[in-house]
Amino acid sequence: MKKVFTKPESMYDRATHYCSGCGHGVAHRLICEVIDELGIREKTIGVAPVGCAVLAYDYWNFDVTEAAHGRTPAVATAIKRVHPDKMVFSYQGDGDLAAIGTAEIIHTANRSENITVIFINNAVYGMTNGQMAPTTLIGQRTLTTPAGRNQKTDGYPLKISEMLATLQGATYIERTSTHTPNDIVKTKRAIKKAFGVQADRKGFSLVEILSACPTCWGVTPKESINWIEDNMVPYYPLGVIIDRTASPKAEDAESGMRV
Amino acid sequence: MNKKILMSGNEAAGEAAILAGCTFYAGYPITPQNELTAYMAKRMNEVGGTFIQSESELAAINMVFGASVAGARAMTSSSSPGISLKQEGISYLSACELPAVIVNMVRGGPGLGNIAPAQSDYFQATRGGGHGDYRNIVLAPASVGEMLELTYKAFDLADKYRTPVIILGDGILAQMMESVELKLSRKSKFPKKSWALTGCKGRSPNMIRSLILNPRNMENLNIKLDNKYKVIKKNETRYEAIYPHTSKVVLVAYGSTSRICREVVRRAREDGHKVGMIRPITLYPFPEEVIRNAAKKSEAILTVEMSMGQMVEDVRLAAAGPCKVSFYGRSGGMVPTERAIYSQVKKLLNRKGVR
Repeated sequence: MKKVFTKPESMYDRATHYCSGCGHGVAHRLICEVIDELGIREKTIGVAPVGCAVLAYDYWNFDVTEAAHGRTPAVATAIKRVHPDKMVFSYQGDGDLAAIGTAEIIHTANRSENITVIFINNAVYGMTNGQMAPTTLIGQRTLTTPAGRNQKTDGYPLKISEMLATLQGATYIERTSTHTPNDIVKTKRAIKKAFGVQADRKGFSLVEILSACPTCWGVTPKESINWIEDNMVPYYPLGVIIDRTASPKAEDAESGMRV
Repeated sequence: MNKKILMSGNEAAGEAAILAGCTFYAGYPITPQNELTAYMAKRMNEVGGTFIQSESELAAINMVFGASVAGARAMTSSSSPGISLKQEGISYLSACELPAVIVNMVRGGPGLGNIAPAQSDYFQATRGGGHGDYRNIVLAPASVGEMLELTYKAFDLADKYRTPVIILGDGILAQMMESVELKLSRKSKFPKKSWALTGCKGRSPNMIRSLILNPRNMENLNIKLDNKYKVIKKNETRYEAIYPHTSKVVLVAYGSTSRICREVVRRAREDGHKVGMIRPITLYPFPEEVIRNAAKKSEAILTVEMSMGQMVEDVRLAAAGPCKVSFYGRSGGMVPTERAIYSQVKKLLNRKGVR
């Protein structure tokens, strides 16, 4: 009989610890499918964050290290510098990347480190039961914004990908989502593109993935699909945010000191 | 082939790292260790290693974490306030049993303090410094030559025991220039690092982690680390002793302070007083036994530090009673003078009851 479905070799066949409707499992699997398709499992090194996805190494069948909260880009930077021929990616949530690790992600992108960052944006701190994240939307209720996020006291939801795109070192940044099959296909395509940017030694690439956290949003998994569509996509528009793969060196000429 | 040259403590630490095969350095500017960072920028470029001026001390130590994960010999350096920031990474390095060398050219504190020499980071260095149940090997050079030797050795120790090693210098040792002999021909022993992340070709995947949710397993890791520290204590304790068993008064001092105390011992002996010195070279593991024996045979111990009294606690624990342990120190970047120390020694020699 013809085999029509297999799990990726890069993924262990294990029961998930993630909640029903969580987007992490989808993102994990897409990364593993891409690694399999590129045939790079044995030369891939992943860096897991602090947050729900700290346990990513329980699912990934390749070399993985943990990093301190927010420091995955610094750890990935060094791994890639030591092993420039390996495929190095870091996996970060919104609190990890856009709050405690803001300095690391900005400077890693600015140095155009030849790594790939998979950035999961679910607008909340999941592992600690649902506090306000830097990406929490205005009006969104969390444990630490019980009356809803108020920009006057809590600031605005951070569009970190757009911020990073202003850096000349950022080669490729795309925002995708996981709330429809079509978006999942696009997410996989974006991850593959980002890994390709790294393989071509073109510098820093990042894929921001809008992802559901039904548990901390207080909705059902089914409702969480609409929640992304209705609340997140209007504020965090999907698509390519910056693509400097064609002429990554164009702006370099302008920024050089003339000596 | 040996080469005799004049260099500063900062440069000696850097050159020792290069000689030891260190291929990764990340650092952030802070005085009085800036010459070390600049030296590594130049030398890493020459030897084909990696130098990164990081955006912060947090990034620097986590880059060292990454380089160590990848199997490279890696180093970072800083001075007191910067070392406080690095404690996060040092705790993770210890938990993940990753080798790394961290140089602290200690300056006056607390807070932003100043850029003058101090020894007030003793507690931080020898008690672990960050969160959790761990210790670091702490080496305390007292000369530029020893900075070279001990930094070189630090890489071997770090790899042998898979643990961070701290070089605890100070502003004097960092800036002072002395002639040193470079042994250019020696080769460091690189152990095979089967645990490193290199891509899982031909083996099952490696994983490096410090999240251990089951308390029993976390305790088991702490017991494993503790057993390792016991082995380190047995094998690696180092000190220098001058007249430790034939002295009425024994000085205990490390690093720059020990150089001043050495002069006090010389003068006191010239004056006919039985004064000696114990100089811990490893601050962790602490040379307890030699101090315990000295305490039994002498009448007083005087600990001298550039702090308000930190190592003296270890000296008192080691002495365990039989003789009085006194303390003299200057702090905040002040350096004790030979005269002031000698006058403390004389007080002890003339004390009632001292034979």
